[in-house]
Amino acid sequence: MSYQMSDYHYDNQTVRKFIYSSIFWGVLALVAGIWISVLFWAPGLNGPGWLTYGRLRSFHVNVMAFGLVLGALIGIFYYITMRLTKRPLLFPRVARSTVYLFNLAIALGGWGLLMGYTKSLAYNEFEWPASLLIVILWVLIAIVIFGTVIKRKEEQMYISLWYIIATVVTLAVIYVLNNLEVPAGLFKSYSIYAGVNSANVEWWYGHNAVGSELTMATLALFYYFLPKSTGLPIYSHRLSIIAFWSLVFAYLWTGAHHLVYTPIPDWIQTVAIAMSIFLIAPSWGSVVNGFYTVREDWSRMRTHYLTKFFILGITFYGLQTVQGPTQALRVVSSLIHYTDWVVGHVHMGAMGWDALVITGAIYYIIPRIYNTEIYSEKIANTHFWLVLTGQIIYSITMWIAGIQEGAMQKAVNPDGTLKYTWDQIVSKNIPYWQIRTLGGIIFVVGMLFFVYNVFMTARKGNALAASKA
Amino acid sequence: MAKNIYSKPVLFTILAVGTVLVGTLVTTFIPMMTAQMHPKLAGLKPYTALQLAGRDVYQSEGCPFCHTQTVRPLKTEVERYGAYSKAGEFYYDRPFLWGTKRTGPDLAREGGKYPDAWQYAHFKDPRAFSPHSIMPSFGWLQDSKLDPAQVQTHMNVLGFPYTPADIQALADKTRLDALVAYVQTLGTAVTRKAAVTAAVTVKKVHIKNPLAGNHEAAERGERLFEQNCEACHGKKGVGYIGPSLKDKNVFLYVKGNVPDDDYFDIIHNGTREGGVEDGRKEKGGMPSFGETLKKDEIWSLVTYIRSLQGEKEE
Repeated sequence: MSYQMSDYHYDNQTVRKFIYSSIFWGVLALVAGIWISVLFWAPGLNGPGWLTYGRLRSFHVNVMAFGLVLGALIGIFYYITMRLTKRPLLFPRVARSTVYLFNLAIALGGWGLLMGYTKSLAYNEFEWPASLLIVILWVLIAIVIFGTVIKRKEEQMYISLWYIIATVVTLAVIYVLNNLEVPAGLFKSYSIYAGVNSANVEWWYGHNAVGSELTMATLALFYYFLPKSTGLPIYSHRLSIIAFWSLVFAYLWTGAHHLVYTPIPDWIQTVAIAMSIFLIAPSWGSVVNGFYTVREDWSRMRTHYLTKFFILGITFYGLQTVQGPTQALRVVSSLIHYTDWVVGHVHMGAMGWDALVITGAIYYIIPRIYNTEIYSEKIANTHFWLVLTGQIIYSITMWIAGIQEGAMQKAVNPDGTLKYTWDQIVSKNIPYWQIRTLGGIIFVVGMLFFVYNVFMTARKGNALAASKA
Repeated sequence: MAKNIYSKPVLFTILAVGTVLVGTLVTTFIPMMTAQMHPKLAGLKPYTALQLAGRDVYQSEGCPFCHTQTVRPLKTEVERYGAYSKAGEFYYDRPFLWGTKRTGPDLAREGGKYPDAWQYAHFKDPRAFSPHSIMPSFGWLQDSKLDPAQVQTHMNVLGFPYTPADIQALADKTRLDALVAYVQTLGTAVTRKAAVTAAVTVKKVHIKNPLAGNHEAAERGERLFEQNCEACHGKKGVGYIGPSLKDKNVFLYVKGNVPDDDYFDIIHNGTREGGVEDGRKEKGGMPSFGETLKKDEIWSLVTYIRSLQGEKEE
């Protein structure tokens, strides 16, 4: 069987549309993020209805996780899957339809959150109609990806395909099971799970939504684009096998480390804490693999501009996966849980690891889709340094604020009474929340450089195609 | 290269699903089949229609982003909020709303802590109570009325009991009314510390304040007053939602001074409508502090209140 060039052409359009859609949702979610960070030190700016913090906060998180990250990942999954199977997507029309379904789901879910329609489940707040669309979307994506893999032209499946398959099945299992709810109207539902059980299910989901979308899926990108953009082969195949299986095994045990000291059974907490510590090993398997790959020739950090996106990305992944298990420990949890520390933790992962790897991957893909070169490496470098600076300011200020909050909540007078009122604790946080906004703005400006660079590259490619025609 | 699982996608996928399911089953779905995941406190009641409507508002407005609903079994948390959370408190919560962050304080023991009037005033203007509070003002929730038919649907889905009168009564309630009703239920199913009075309930003798006139106790009392009392009784006890404490000749809205241990009782036990303290009828609304304050702390507060009333210190 031979494939027409047009098959690939259509598929490239699908990849491109997903990337553009994700950029669109990403910009909205980033702006919402900056705005809610301002509300922390200027609460008078809260308005009624959708202008209030509680609604914009869920919009920020869910549109970021599902609109920006998931959208980009689906597009990049399609791109990688075609290259690693050496064929176009099996059902190109189905693949194209998923772009529209995706945008419909995010628009419906995001609008609903602004209207106050939420399930109140972390990382799964869209009300049931949007969730249902996401389930249908995911089934279609699974059909396209599995179909393409089964009908592949390359016998061996490369590491990235393992992670793509693991992401597709894990997200399917956790998303469906955490979305078992009884509709009570068009935009309201009640979970079938109640009380401590609902907490346990939710954090099994919540932790693994991060584990599949922000970890496994991003590792799929990492293992593909690091060798591609450096021209160096992955250091150890055996290490990636061990890291893969132990990661997908261990992740699912650890959700309850989000529930330390809550009324869920103690043994579930302890098992989760122990497995969280174990998770350092497979996480660092990929970190070591990344570093040893580039150790062959560190000069590529200078000569190949994308190298630093992936190497700094995996560095933050390494820090994240040591910090996370540390936070799971009861003694650490008792200090920093429920404080801004955790906000700093999440944002190091999202802004340091996921954002760098995903934008690096898009920089690699866009010029190849348009048969051209990147518009400006200089702008890409500016983008890199801005998002790096913004993220570090963000994370570090939140860690300091978090330790301070935790310590002030625990502080007692010599007679055993509490030393600080809640009002005093909040007042000490204001300067940190202001610096956080500054870090956020620097990060977002960096991301706008990225968006500009992507569109200018596309324009260059279009102009080139027009001149050839 | 020999055929291995990395060239057999179907087998590979089955193995991946199996690997993912091990931890899933052990930590989540097998426990779910056991009673330990479905505990229920004896005194726990399903939400009324108004309370459930309030819980829906609590979800819609994203309250769990800043307020947790679980007190950890840690010394300072029990000190700040009251009894640590029990598994059986959440039986009717679909889903749980424990939250992940405390930008504001935990609310697991909020029910009954302040009178309704305090809750309304605080929702409308949080910074009037805590100058550094960053909570949004929620006065606008008063502008929209509840939809009784919708709340009835919700009650049906959850299978909570109600009467037609309960649903009719919702028609003139606002979303803020519902939210206050919900917040006032939080933690109320947990048995509070038994009311221990300073003297025996039927008093023959009054107990003297062991810290009366003690300067250090008054200073400590002032600190405690700012943390626990000022929000209702105003700065230096000038009165706000709660009555002024400056006149020692008025107690429970009745003229005539009373001994120190009557103050102790009220701080320790709070008041409830129809209650009686030293022969004076209570109107209710004063929360009890017996769980969060120790005996000598309450006596220190009494000393401080007496100093506000012009009593001299040593």
